[in-house]
Amino acid sequence: MSHSQSSRTALLWHIGVWALFALVIVVLPYIFTSSSSISMMSQMGVFIIFALSYNMLLGQAGMLSFGHAVYFGLGGFFTLHAIRAVNDEVWQFPLELMPLVGGVGGLAFGIIFGSISTRRAGVTFAMITLGIGSMVESSANMFTDFFGGESGISGNRVTDVTLFGFSYGPSIEVYYLIGAWTVMAAVAMYLLTKTPLGRISNAVRDNPERAQFVGYNTTIARFIQFSLSGFFAGIAGGLFAIMFEIMTAPNVGLVQSGAVLLMTFIGGVGLFFGPIIGAVLVTYMHTALSGFSEGWILYFGLMFVFMVMYAPGGIAGVIYAHAAPWRAGLLWRLLPSYLLVLLPALLAIAGLVAVVEMGYQLSLAYDPSSPIDLFYMQINATSLWSWLVALLGLAVGIAGVLATARVVRARWAGVNRSMQATGAKT
Amino acid sequence: MSDALKLANVHKRFGETPIIRGVDLAVAPGERHAIIGPNGAGKSTLFNLISGRYTPSEGEIALHGKRISGLAPHQINRRGLSRSFQITNLFQNMTVFENLRCSLLWAQGYKYSFWHLVGRQTALNEAAEQWLERLGLSARRDVPASLLTYAEQRTLEIGTTIAGGADVILLDEPTAGMGLAERDHTMAMISEVTQDKTLLMVEHDMGVVFELADRISVLVYGQIIASDTPEAIRANAAVQEAYLGEAH
Repeated sequence: MSHSQSSRTALLWHIGVWALFALVIVVLPYIFTSSSSISMMSQMGVFIIFALSYNMLLGQAGMLSFGHAVYFGLGGFFTLHAIRAVNDEVWQFPLELMPLVGGVGGLAFGIIFGSISTRRAGVTFAMITLGIGSMVESSANMFTDFFGGESGISGNRVTDVTLFGFSYGPSIEVYYLIGAWTVMAAVAMYLLTKTPLGRISNAVRDNPERAQFVGYNTTIARFIQFSLSGFFAGIAGGLFAIMFEIMTAPNVGLVQSGAVLLMTFIGGVGLFFGPIIGAVLVTYMHTALSGFSEGWILYFGLMFVFMVMYAPGGIAGVIYAHAAPWRAGLLWRLLPSYLLVLLPALLAIAGLVAVVEMGYQLSLAYDPSSPIDLFYMQINATSLWSWLVALLGLAVGIAGVLATARVVRARWAGVNRSMQATGAKT
Repeated sequence: MSDALKLANVHKRFGETPIIRGVDLAVAPGERHAIIGPNGAGKSTLFNLISGRYTPSEGEIALHGKRISGLAPHQINRRGLSRSFQITNLFQNMTVFENLRCSLLWAQGYKYSFWHLVGRQTALNEAAEQWLERLGLSARRDVPASLLTYAEQRTLEIGTTIAGGADVILLDEPTAGMGLAERDHTMAMISEVTQDKTLLMVEHDMGVVFELADRISVLVYGQIIASDTPEAIRANAAVQEAYLGEAH
């Protein structure tokens, strides 16, 4: 196959994947119709953009930032102020394009703060972003006209100035606005990885010294990448502001910055689509689990630690690891061993959940002896037996996982040998 | 005609410790110049001074008659000097093709562009493909650099050093750690890809040095004790005493 032919095939394949992504966004509200689902899916869109913008730093340029919410949050505040200005009839700007206001705000502050932080790499860069993050968060108390103090800034997204004749009052209309921006921003960020800047960001990540010796100033490469990342974070913040119609100081804060780091990492920093998975999953856990349990942040933290230790490539990395066995037709040899681990793993998780929930019941409940509904059972947290059974389940589950994990490793070793023998790409 | 590379009274001290103690060196355009010397003589430090990793404590380094000492590595690279490293120094997560394409980006004027798609730059991609072929790495085009064999990594290291079009090339022990067959192959490749270029190399393998170099300088304890043709160096009593006689 000639190169022009193969590049045309690749182009069609890319267009197909993005069209599918857009189609999924269009169709989802017909499947999940409840208003809480619409709201959750809207948030997913916002956080997909935010997490992808974060991965422009972490995954693509090797910059670990602890302050990315600054550009997200400031973008949101700028957007909300702009919406209020339109409602006060001092400015005319269509609501559909309001996220651009956030983007420009994020870009402007990305340029300002980036010019300081990107002079350094590695740990020093991380520390500077942490400092800037806490500085901006605390300055919310000083600049109350902009940040609105304790109660934040609120507004009404229905401005009567629109391009397409929707009012954007109903949440489904906002969902589709967010969906359209999600597709546009994701495609734009994907294309950025294919530009000289994107490639040089990878080069600076892999080996800054070599990047210098092919003619690049690594500080400038980091700075431009950082500023553009601020632009997309600002767009996400603008959509967040349109969706919730309120922005408060914590939106620029360190907790929000930590959240985007976690979702990006859990999704996987090594592949472009990783943060999309992370944003969807973490938003789902946040909305679904936080209703079930006080302990959801604890589960979330445990999951994060587990991922860092055993799957540093995130979920996308785990999926990608199976691409080669899949192509070689050897996936069937791995799957039974996974089922074997799954059983003790579920037991261990059940034991862990029981322990955590009983712990919360003892310390938080008005009446600790009131039964907890868990796994279709009623569990009494004050009974010694409940604790013994839960801890036993946890211990047996962990032992089982450790034992069966050997089978998985052995199967993987076998699959790798087969692939090497047949010369398949690893 | 001015020298391609000229060092005048270059000193480098780390704290109180002098490593380079007054080096004068002139490399003519198109010359293949080798630096030899015992371990700890300061060869790598000298390379780091020329390529801008370190700044000289004293003295001046000029490229084609223009001062480069004090400039950053990327500025020196843009003025036409490139270097390879003793320890392989590639973009490990990127494929062989990407490594070569990245080393061409600045030279082809793309700078920090975020409005070109690299896949659509025909001239750029063709140049990278040509380098793949020239280096004999076409079959390994889409393999990440970290998965190459040692000899392939060394070849790619030299390729990324030269592909950017610099006319003064510094090679730091290009055949270190290679077997005889690999060494000969690499030397042939270096001769081929560095035609019309000025070459300054550090090398331990005397066979390689005497075969390839037009001139040889001997660096001992931070000073050049002799700088001459291979035959003259072989016959030089001081060199034999200081270096050739003792270790080999």
